[in-house]
Amino acid sequence: MWIALTRSYTACSWWRWVWLTPLVLSVALMAGTAIGETPIPVETIVKVLANHLLGADYAVDRIDAGIIWNYRLSRAIVAACCGTSLALAGIVLQALLRNPLADPYLMGISAGASTGAVAVAVAGIGAGALSLSLGAFAGALLAFGIVIMLAHAANSGVGGGRGVQAAGSIILAGIAGSQLFNALTAFIITKSASAEQARGIMFWLMGNLSGVRWADVTLAVPATLLGLLVCLWHRRSLDAFTFGADSAASMGIAVRPVRGLLIIVMALVTAVMVSMVGAIGFVGLVIPHAMRFIVGSRHTRLIPATALAGAVFLIGSDILSRVLVSGQVLPIGVITSLIGAPAFALILVRGKRS
Amino acid sequence: MRLTAEQLSLSVHGTPLLIDVNLVVEPGQTFGLVGPNGSGKTSLLRLLGGLNKPKAGRVLIDNQPMHTLRQRAIAQSIAMVEQQADTTDRITARQVVALGRTPFLSALHPWSAGDDDIVAQALEDVDMAHMADRLWHTLSGGERQRVHIARALAQQPKILLLDEPTNHLDIRHQLSILELVRQLPITVIISLHDLNQAMECDRIGVMDNGHLIASGLPYEVLTADRLKQTFGVHAHLIDDPIDGKQIMRFSSVGAISKPRRHSELTLSLLR
Repeated sequence: MWIALTRSYTACSWWRWVWLTPLVLSVALMAGTAIGETPIPVETIVKVLANHLLGADYAVDRIDAGIIWNYRLSRAIVAACCGTSLALAGIVLQALLRNPLADPYLMGISAGASTGAVAVAVAGIGAGALSLSLGAFAGALLAFGIVIMLAHAANSGVGGGRGVQAAGSIILAGIAGSQLFNALTAFIITKSASAEQARGIMFWLMGNLSGVRWADVTLAVPATLLGLLVCLWHRRSLDAFTFGADSAASMGIAVRPVRGLLIIVMALVTAVMVSMVGAIGFVGLVIPHAMRFIVGSRHTRLIPATALAGAVFLIGSDILSRVLVSGQVLPIGVITSLIGAPAFALILVRGKRS
Repeated sequence: MRLTAEQLSLSVHGTPLLIDVNLVVEPGQTFGLVGPNGSGKTSLLRLLGGLNKPKAGRVLIDNQPMHTLRQRAIAQSIAMVEQQADTTDRITARQVVALGRTPFLSALHPWSAGDDDIVAQALEDVDMAHMADRLWHTLSGGERQRVHIARALAQQPKILLLDEPTNHLDIRHQLSILELVRQLPITVIISLHDLNQAMECDRIGVMDNGHLIASGLPYEVLTADRLKQTFGVHAHLIDDPIDGKQIMRFSSVGAISKPRRHSELTLSLLR
């Protein structure tokens, strides 16, 4: 009886995802498009969307139409992709490293991606969105490798076994990695970039969606879908890591290939996002933990919930960054860090207590 | 299933942990593994469970070399309970046991009612059904250990490897777990510290310094001489007046000589 009830509940919740996700997502995208320096009524947005997507021919203000289609909608979509990707990267790192504080930003992966992207941008190799992403990807993998090696070296005396890393040493290694790569970024900028270039890059580094256009959407959406599909495909593997890598192996997970694939895909997705909008912090930390609280820690439910919540969170943060200081656009990284840093403190304190 | 180890060797950072271990465990047998701390029991179990690759030698499941099998195929026949495995996740005992079904699930075989039944039965077997919905971090060490054993049982293994499963357990649950393990119709390899509990196994192997120095029937293997050599203790066999079974009583080698020295000293002072 009880089992039958839970099953119907789970099945029901699956169906709920199917219609709830597009609904919530489109409401968030609408809000992201409507709210801003010039508020635009939803009616106008619907008309513009109908014009572009369905080939309708409503009369709309040309400037409004331009803001909606070329500026805000693409920006909201990239914000959603970014939120989803960073939050999923957080889930994967937390599951594989068995560490509640793992996050692409705190672990220096975003810093490494920034360095890679800046190196490509300043050196002018290709300079397209794709080559920026590839540079960021190389930087992200390098940073991850260094941080993990450092954490491992710091732990090897303790002998916690494969894949077991104390929460503290990962964070310390992440700080060292972040500082190193931020310094490298600053070095590259000062040495090679013009003053104007430097100002632009510095603004982008804090996380900035202002430069986003449709070209970015065509890269962000496939990258996010790739990340989401890989996570969903490996949801049981992520569950199997609950008691560490050895336990996962004894339950039939081919640890090395699965772990390698997940980390490479997540580094790639993070790098694509960072190369577009800069390093946005704490999304990968706050959203998965908030969602664990609501839907539990099993990845079958956690992954879809986190993907959706990450998208909504970053669209919301983007709106806040535009309306908080009138006449100014805050870097979105400022908003996410203002929310994320206290959340980080909360997780730290709660972790210590239990 | 029969589990065979052929000339297994393992070393970590140049330190040999296992040297030339040969072992055959017949189908349905309960095989007890004893030995002092650091003698290589855990290393041997890890190799038998496919968690580490041997430096030399091989493991056979029935007649199939383990290194030719995929991890998933191994997990469908062998389940393992490690000594320490902990998590900070907020999950219930039932969810932990459900992890044991992982090797049998895929896109084509999603979770089914049968899996629910297997999980419920496994919880029942270790006397944890009444705590199935308790969160992991609220369970005691012994309760966690029982949940881990249930997780391994949910794997429905043909071979079960247990690394000191009675650690942390109170005496009642020690006995009930051992009883459960002996009754399972599958091959079990269990490492134990309590030698009297080991005597209940079908066969015993003694590990010392990375070598499997003896294996066979309990009374042939655990002799007073061997216990003195390997564990450094004196053992006396005592008959239990109630059921006539023999039990071992231990005393340390040092403990016998010390009082004597002390009395000699006292005597010399008195003289």
